[in-house]
Amino acid sequence: MSSPLLLRTLFHLAVLALVPPLLLGIVNRTKSIVGGRVGPPLLQPYRDLAKLLRKGAVYSRTTTWVFRAGPVVGLAAVATAGLLLAMGGAPAAISFTGDFVLFAYLLGLARFFTALAALDTGSPFEGMGAAREVTFASLAEPALFLCLLVLARATGTLSLSGMLGPSLPGAWTVAAPALLLAAIALFVIALAENARIPVDDPNTHLELTMIHEVMVLDHGGPDLAFILYGASLKLFLFGAILSRLALGGTGSEVAAELLFLLGLALFAIAVGAVESVMARFRMIRVPQLLVGASILSAFALVLLLR
Amino acid sequence: MTVPLLLAAIALPSASGLAAVALRRRPAAGQGLACLLVCAGAACGLAAAGAALQGGEIAAPRLSLRLDGLGAVFLAPISLLAAAGSVYGLGYHRQAALGARAIRLQLYYGLAVGGMALLVAASNAIVFLVGWEVMALANFLLVLTDDERGEVQRAAFLYLASTHVGTLALFALFALLGQAAGSFDFAAWQGLSAAGALGARGFVLALLGFGMKAGLVPVHFWLPPAHAAAPSHVSALMSGVVVKTGVYGLLRVTGLLDGVPASWGIALLALGGISAVLGVAFALAQHDLKRLLAYHTVENVGIITLGAGLALLGRARGEPALVLLGFSGAALHVVNHALFKGLLFLGAGAVQHATGTRELDHLGGLARPMRGTALLFVVGAAAIAGLPPLNGFVSEWLVTLGFLRGLGRPAGDVLAFLALGAPVLAFVGGLAAACFAKVVGVAFLGNPRTGPAREAHEAPPSMLAPMAVLAAACAAIGLAPSLAIAPLGGAAAAWARLDPGALAEAAAEASSGAARVSLVAAGLLAAVALAVLLRRRLLAAAPRAPATETWGCGFSAPSARIQYTGSSFAALLVARFSWAIFPRGPTPHLAGPFPGPAELRTEVPDTVLDLGLLPAARAYGWLATRARLLYLRRIQFQMLLVLVTLVAFLAWGFVW
Repeated sequence: MSSPLLLRTLFHLAVLALVPPLLLGIVNRTKSIVGGRVGPPLLQPYRDLAKLLRKGAVYSRTTTWVFRAGPVVGLAAVATAGLLLAMGGAPAAISFTGDFVLFAYLLGLARFFTALAALDTGSPFEGMGAAREVTFASLAEPALFLCLLVLARATGTLSLSGMLGPSLPGAWTVAAPALLLAAIALFVIALAENARIPVDDPNTHLELTMIHEVMVLDHGGPDLAFILYGASLKLFLFGAILSRLALGGTGSEVAAELLFLLGLALFAIAVGAVESVMARFRMIRVPQLLVGASILSAFALVLLLR
Repeated sequence: MTVPLLLAAIALPSASGLAAVALRRRPAAGQGLACLLVCAGAACGLAAAGAALQGGEIAAPRLSLRLDGLGAVFLAPISLLAAAGSVYGLGYHRQAALGARAIRLQLYYGLAVGGMALLVAASNAIVFLVGWEVMALANFLLVLTDDERGEVQRAAFLYLASTHVGTLALFALFALLGQAAGSFDFAAWQGLSAAGALGARGFVLALLGFGMKAGLVPVHFWLPPAHAAAPSHVSALMSGVVVKTGVYGLLRVTGLLDGVPASWGIALLALGGISAVLGVAFALAQHDLKRLLAYHTVENVGIITLGAGLALLGRARGEPALVLLGFSGAALHVVNHALFKGLLFLGAGAVQHATGTRELDHLGGLARPMRGTALLFVVGAAAIAGLPPLNGFVSEWLVTLGFLRGLGRPAGDVLAFLALGAPVLAFVGGLAAACFAKVVGVAFLGNPRTGPAREAHEAPPSMLAPMAVLAAACAAIGLAPSLAIAPLGGAAAAWARLDPGALAEAAAEASSGAARVSLVAAGLLAAVALAVLLRRRLLAAAPRAPATETWGCGFSAPSARIQYTGSSFAALLVARFSWAIFPRGPTPHLAGPFPGPAELRTEVPDTVLDLGLLPAARAYGWLATRARLLYLRRIQFQMLLVLVTLVAFLAWGFVW
């Protein structure tokens, strides 16, 4: 690996480690501005994390090692998935044919252990949340695959680095309609996977209506910090894909990196904007939304395959 | 040197039951010796399979035995699972406690294993059928182990009837091919043309005969009751490897024929896809732990069939890469599924052993008393859900890579649409993860729901050790997939009768990808270790908080009964499949502001068996009874019928 590429990879790892909580800050800031409030400072998520990391954790007598493993495996799996993602035009730290399958299944591993940790509490609410999470995830997964297949077909590569790499601008010139459809579907999936409105409301106060938040009701201290950080990391991963997909242009390396970070900020603003202007869907509408995203991306794929 | 290994792999398990019979007065020694024989045979089988995969085939022409790469792929898991189940039986099905019942089981268990080893090593259709029937009948007797229970008798009879329908189809298939080639040697069949009427008839017969054994939808209906009724280590053997003999037969026969049409591959892809999706959907709706696992076998055989379909399609269209990826994916999934399904069934046996029930909604909280079982079961659950860093991911990834080959095709090519198989696999993986979150969550986590679950005890080491071996194998293949994939290239080339060089490019790509998968898996483990250490340090530095009750959202009198049950957990997903799954049961009537106690009891009938075949059989029986009454009543009427028949035949003779 040449040294500029090494530097760039190190830069990306630093971005991967440090930027995610900022996205949550931008989302919340957007919501407060649209809502006419002063709102929390941009860096509030970092302070929250620091506070949680210093605290002790309260454990329920019902729980076992599975409850403690949930946040740990969840964070580790999402972070490892980050190693597979190309950022700012440079190839990812690790890339190979079909690596997006591993990417999706690493997110699945995180979800599996989060759901198990929720069920370990014996709380009916957390069971409810886990059931909803795995249900919606099983519908989101094929949609995500279809979107990535559209990217793979349009760029002619089978790795995430190739799909989000230098051949993307060329793909936009020949397959713009399909890529646009895939981008829209991907945004919907990003909202669903990250438990944002209109699928789930991260600020709701009624446990009965929650999905992701209710699964982590019993976690506290460092465990909750891991979960929050993991959630922001996951939002970052989807933001990174969309940022590259929408803004991946040619130009100098520095410009590509700046454009990438700008895309991430725009993604966070878009999430915040959706959250400001929409209400949460009724729970039974969510599968329809996800199946809709699948159909949209399947349509895009067929456009390219026919 | 290697031929005796192969013979020992067949003979030692077959004879193992005799030790139990001979030493019936000293049951512990008898069972120990039988177990030792099975294990020795298994060691020979593994060695023979290794030799066949590495250094070419093992042939004993005078005995009509020949173990090639394809056979070795199946012999390895057969041997490993047979040994694991046999050791497990030492604690689970003790001869000292069960007497004649355990001796019978030992006898049939060995015969089933020997029959399977024989059939995967047979080089002649007759020898194959001998192994097939020994296996099938021994399995029937194994299912009948607890023969005083009506449920077991029904399951065993259903199994016997189905397996013989399958065997009948195989007789017809082998007769057709034997007649065309003039010999029953597989070597003589090599190069028979698959085109034309012979091929079409043969393929339909093979689908029926082998598909029945493999448990492909819609001929899967015998599988869940039989696998649920058998003792757990027998279920592990049946689900893990016996059903795979159907896959083996399909691959063996299609591998021999020349000019396989693309439609065969497409048919297998369709059947595999339907089996995978419906298998996991049916599994989600189950609340009997072993029935649920059995339906997952249908799902996984579906995934294997998808791989086999890709390989056949690749042969038909002259795409070596598709052959390699499809075959390797299918073969590796055969091994992987044997490992994790064996592990899960043994785990289910430990649960049944400890609590006396298989009903998921009566369990709960078992992770506390049964720490080891719970840990190993979680490993198996993650593996079957296809989650990294375990083995299930690797084989599903290979099959997905096969589907992705479609993306490289020019627009308008039908093969391009193969790409649509990848999201189907992802969907199946997501559903499997949901299903095993339910199983682990409801059985092992939370609070115990009933008395037996509260008083559960850990399984003895003799039951935990084989599970630990299987779990370790799952992890090993997941962490170092290159080692498992490398020998499959040669087997794929031999199966498709292609030059190994033609597959080299795709094999190199797959193994370089597999090496990266190892790297990511290692990275994942390192990240987990790092996070564990960090968490430990943070918690050590922070003030300690006392343990409390689970936060009940303000509800102050929680009980174990308020927990989510398995049925409620899966309800959202089962509702998505309301077009294929029809749960039944009376809806409780709740009225007034303070309704009295009510009870909800649901069951999920098998859509094919309980809603299709059995009603059809009942209707046919009803009609037949009516028809019989007509002529049974009077002798004159019977004579009239004879006369009418005679006249009809005469008329038919004259007219024609």
